[in-house]
Amino acid sequence: MAEKVIAGFTVNVTEEGYLTDKTQWNKEIAAEIAQELGIEELTNAHWNVIDFLQKDYAETGKLPTIRRMKKEGGISTKDLYDLFPEGPLVKAAKIAGLSKPASCV
Amino acid sequence: MKKLLILGAGTAGTMMANHLNKKLDLKEWSITIVDQEPQHYYQPGFLFIPFEIYSERDVVKEKKQFFPKSVEYIQAPIKLIEAEQNLVILQDNTRINYDLLIIATGCKIAPDEIDGLEDGWRKNIFDFYTFDGSVALRNKLREWEGGKMVLHLAEMPIKCPVAPLEFLFLADWFFNVKGIRKNVEITYVTPLSGAFTKPRASAVLGNLFETKNINIVPNFNVSHVEAEDNKLISLDGKEVEYDLLVTIPTNMGDQLIERSGLGDELNFVPTDKHTLQSKAYENIFVIGDATDIPASKAGSVAHFEAEILTENILSYIHGKPLEAHFDGHANCYIESGYNKAFLIDFNYDVEPVEGTFPLPGVGPFSLLKETTINHWGKMAFRHIYWYMLLKGIPIPTVPPHMKTSGKKL
Ligand SMILES: Cc1cc2nc3c(=O)[nH]c(=O)nc-3n(C[C@H](O)[C@H](O)[C@H](O)COP(=O)(O)OP(=O)(O)OC[C@H]3O[C@@H](n4cnc5c(N)ncnc54)[C@H](O)[C@@H]3O)c2cc1C
Repeated sequence: MAEKVIAGFTVNVTEEGYLTDKTQWNKEIAAEIAQELGIEELTNAHWNVIDFLQKDYAETGKLPTIRRMKKEGGISTKDLYDLFPEGPLVKAAKIAGLSKPASCV
Repeated sequence: MKKLLILGAGTAGTMMANHLNKKLDLKEWSITIVDQEPQHYYQPGFLFIPFEIYSERDVVKEKKQFFPKSVEYIQAPIKLIEAEQNLVILQDNTRINYDLLIIATGCKIAPDEIDGLEDGWRKNIFDFYTFDGSVALRNKLREWEGGKMVLHLAEMPIKCPVAPLEFLFLADWFFNVKGIRKNVEITYVTPLSGAFTKPRASAVLGNLFETKNINIVPNFNVSHVEAEDNKLISLDGKEVEYDLLVTIPTNMGDQLIERSGLGDELNFVPTDKHTLQSKAYENIFVIGDATDIPASKAGSVAHFEAEILTENILSYIHGKPLEAHFDGHANCYIESGYNKAFLIDFNYDVEPVEGTFPLPGVGPFSLLKETTINHWGKMAFRHIYWYMLLKGIPIPTVPPHMKTSGKKL
């Protein structure tokens, strides 16, 4: 675990820059992580995804799958890729201050 | 008499029948277990069948021999759980009322979830997550002369998350021994960001792909398969060509869970990750692959859960708080070919790290290191599974909670 200054806030992050303490997250931090990932501006559509991720995580204790985002969040997979190109879950989770989608190793 | 009903007599259900038969007062409780299959499959063995390390008879035994005499076994498909009425209905409309229900119906692959898979199914598209699938793949490999072999993981979670890696390493070894490795291109296609996602494991295992000459295509979320052109297509339009596709399709809980309105979008039952009580009904407990908890779906996990769940069921019956807490403990061998294997031991909070297992500082197994002894551990596991694990006989020196001693944290 390490400390990092993001958007002027000192936060705890994993070796790969994922926040480890959700209470340290805020919208400015989200915007700066988004820029690091090549997303210039977070639009309402981006926020819709981030809000769903955070709400669902709070309810279930884990990151939703792309399938669940479609079914429960009404977010189409195509939109998801347009908003967060390449690895949508990996990127959106990082911006939302949540853990990385992972396997056991 | 009160009724404790167990649905599913696979790894987890069978262990629970054995544990509870010893612990419950059988003058007050009767135990019934239901499963549709007469045979018990040792699923970890499916990995070895395509490579002719195991044959069919190494992985199948009659289910019946694993239940204690006082447990009633019904072989039938289960149609519905009417949780509001504490009632289970079997396919032939037999009705069973229960006081306490354990759901242990596991999970299985759902090839229908990916469009186009069916078109090439068992022609040049195979799986190794089922008994039939692994046997069919073995038969295919006997005649296959080489080309592009693609191992594809559709989406997480899957049971035994290390099995795809083991398959790749064994394939590399198998084609080498067969003398055709130079004719085979091996590629791993995964929706994850890489073969390894945890920093400590990546640091140790990360170069295996390069040394074994296995390609990787990460961040690949499958849209469909174009079987006619032998192509996998991703949601964002990437394409991967194959001659032989070995796929691990979406893993889902049984449709029974969906029919009964008890599951999430993958038919996994929402379950408390520490107590293993269902979130919807107090008198329903869930164990093994059927749960939605963020632990690995593995036999070793089911084994540790069984000890915790037995305690909690006794507490529940006696009106006491559920104090036994599952910590997410998993213990998995990763077969790496050439009679070697890694071993990993981890839980909800601690990622796989280096160290020794099960005895701190002694071993004999090494964590996150490739050794021959680890390989023999994996091979011996089959016997431990049949003769100890299923019968609920505790394995000396291996308690359900993960030990932190003996680990480099
Ligand atoms: C290829 C492969 C390799 C693996 N390797 C390992 C390994 O190395 N180490 C490890 O620890 N784990 C490994 N696993 C995982 C391990 O096998 C499972 O996690 C374990 O078997 C789960 O036990 P379970 O009781 O939850 O489910 P299962 O053992 O699958 O049992 C579920 C039972 O429920 C029954 N059932 C389901 N629905 C119904 C219904 N409607 N009516 C009647 N009966 C029903 C089924 O017939 C089945 O018998 C591997 C799995 C696979 C596929």
